[in-house]
Amino acid sequence: MNLGKYLTIYKKFLHTSLASELEYKANILVDLITAILSLVGSIFLLSIFFQNSGYIGGWKFEQALIIQAIYTILNGITNTWFNPNLTEIVKHIREGTLDFVLLKPIDSQFFISLKKLNPSGFLEIMLGFFLLFFCIRINQINLNLSFVTLSLVTISCSICILYSLWFFISTTTIWFVKTWNAIEVLRSFLYIGRFPLNSFSFSLRIFFSVFIPIAFITTIPSEVFLGLSQLWKILLEVIVALVFLITSRKFWLFALKFYSSASS
Amino acid sequence: MVQNIIDVRNLSKSFDISSKEPGLKGTIKHFFRRQTKSLKVIKNISFEIKEGEIVGFLGANGAGKTTILKMLCGLIYPSEGSILVSEHLPFRRKENFLKNITLIMGQKQQLIWDLPPIESFYLNASIYDIDKFEAKKRIKKLSEMLEIDEELFIPVRKLSLGQRMKSELLAALIHEPNILFLDEPTLGLDINAQRNLRKFLQKYNKETNATICLTSHYMKDITSLCKRVICVQEGAISYDGKLDLLLKKLSPVKEILIVCRSEEDASKLENFGFTVKNKIKNEITIKIENESITPSLKSILNNFDIEDLFINEPPIDEVIGKVLIKKEYDI
Repeated sequence: MNLGKYLTIYKKFLHTSLASELEYKANILVDLITAILSLVGSIFLLSIFFQNSGYIGGWKFEQALIIQAIYTILNGITNTWFNPNLTEIVKHIREGTLDFVLLKPIDSQFFISLKKLNPSGFLEIMLGFFLLFFCIRINQINLNLSFVTLSLVTISCSICILYSLWFFISTTTIWFVKTWNAIEVLRSFLYIGRFPLNSFSFSLRIFFSVFIPIAFITTIPSEVFLGLSQLWKILLEVIVALVFLITSRKFWLFALKFYSSASS
Repeated sequence: MVQNIIDVRNLSKSFDISSKEPGLKGTIKHFFRRQTKSLKVIKNISFEIKEGEIVGFLGANGAGKTTILKMLCGLIYPSEGSILVSEHLPFRRKENFLKNITLIMGQKQQLIWDLPPIESFYLNASIYDIDKFEAKKRIKKLSEMLEIDEELFIPVRKLSLGQRMKSELLAALIHEPNILFLDEPTLGLDINAQRNLRKFLQKYNKETNATICLTSHYMKDITSLCKRVICVQEGAISYDGKLDLLLKKLSPVKEILIVCRSEEDASKLENFGFTVKNKIKNEITIKIENESITPSLKSILNNFDIEDLFINEPPIDEVIGKVLIKKEYDI
């Protein structure tokens, strides 16, 4: 793979997506307001849960805020990259415009995963980081190199898991044609990631760790921030992320053999 | 000797199709137990296409023309048989192969809807490894050939269908492909836009010696661009050869309207041995086989006092339409 070529193409993707989105100023403004209100609403909801007892699943409100911050960053990434691109896969397959993607001399997964970008998601990412730095301060977390490295590794793994899950579901469109509902279910599960894994019952914890690894997405990075993480958990998250990435890639290449294109 | 650029041998394609009975009961049954059957849409076809040839694929809706094109460009895996396009197996979609071909579909678009076409051109240029300077040169050359200029800087959503199609062509040709697959490229265009597009394709073929595979339901596209046609009937090839030979086969006789100076002459001509379609006063319409038109007309002009004479070519759409009617004509 020619990295230089892919970087040039990605620069073009960024340019065309930004130019497309900036055509609709009002839409961007509404998105920005929604992102701020959504974060304020989520923190308010979280504070209600903590009103009666100071702890949920062994987590204090200040600690749970870290999960909220990571969730906000991930949601921002979802809204910036995954939502505009991965929901388009369904459209590409239904309308047959995947033909144009497959006939381009570049990796089709790269093309359909990164072609578009929603700039209003950037604000959510920034708000998430702002909240995260605020949490680092109020929880008196000591910033050192190993902490930053582990945080980056776990957050990157979370992004990979989330992307792979979404991409995997979208790929099934090649057989099932319509998979909007499955994607909505995934998004709903992601909302659950705003709460500490320990706040759920044992069976739900197993479900969210094994079957739909939402737990890995927010809880493990949060534990790193609070110094509660164990090495095996971080290693497990790295392995899960790699397995998910490789599987989703292989599944895409396998599924393309069954692509029949839409009739003209 | 001109080389074969496309070589198709015993190609077949089957799809699993599900069918549903009408009504609520049928819908529920279809939801719980879907009945699928394998449908062979392309049946053991073989053909070759030479470099620089323009070949038209003719057939009714659902005959399998688009499926053939999509297998040729590597979008659909064949079920049986072999395809070689520009010495590549298309379905492997290797970079060198993809840089050599393009697919243009009249009913689907690849341009970015909210941006001027020029943005899509530069994006495609970077995908095809074309540097900015070279891309600019190619855009200038192609836009001159396509006669588009200001349209390059207007958002695609504000362009007319004709302008959009020209821009689609430019986007699809920026990498100067050797093989063009065109699936109904003139669909929905007005007469002038259709003519301009055809003019462009002729010019492009002449200048670059590109091979063009074309499907179209507008017969003018086929007659003005293709010397060779491949007729597809229910997934099988029913004719592969020169278009003029096909027309002769399908329409072996011509109708000739003869205006005689007198009614008496017209009556004499009626009994001269030709097949008469009708006779109204001094006007008589006869049918003559294509091969004997010249001697027959000579004999008529020598023996009768003729005021005027019209040779009626049957409308091309009507003639080709016979090919499209399933099973009715065995070519």
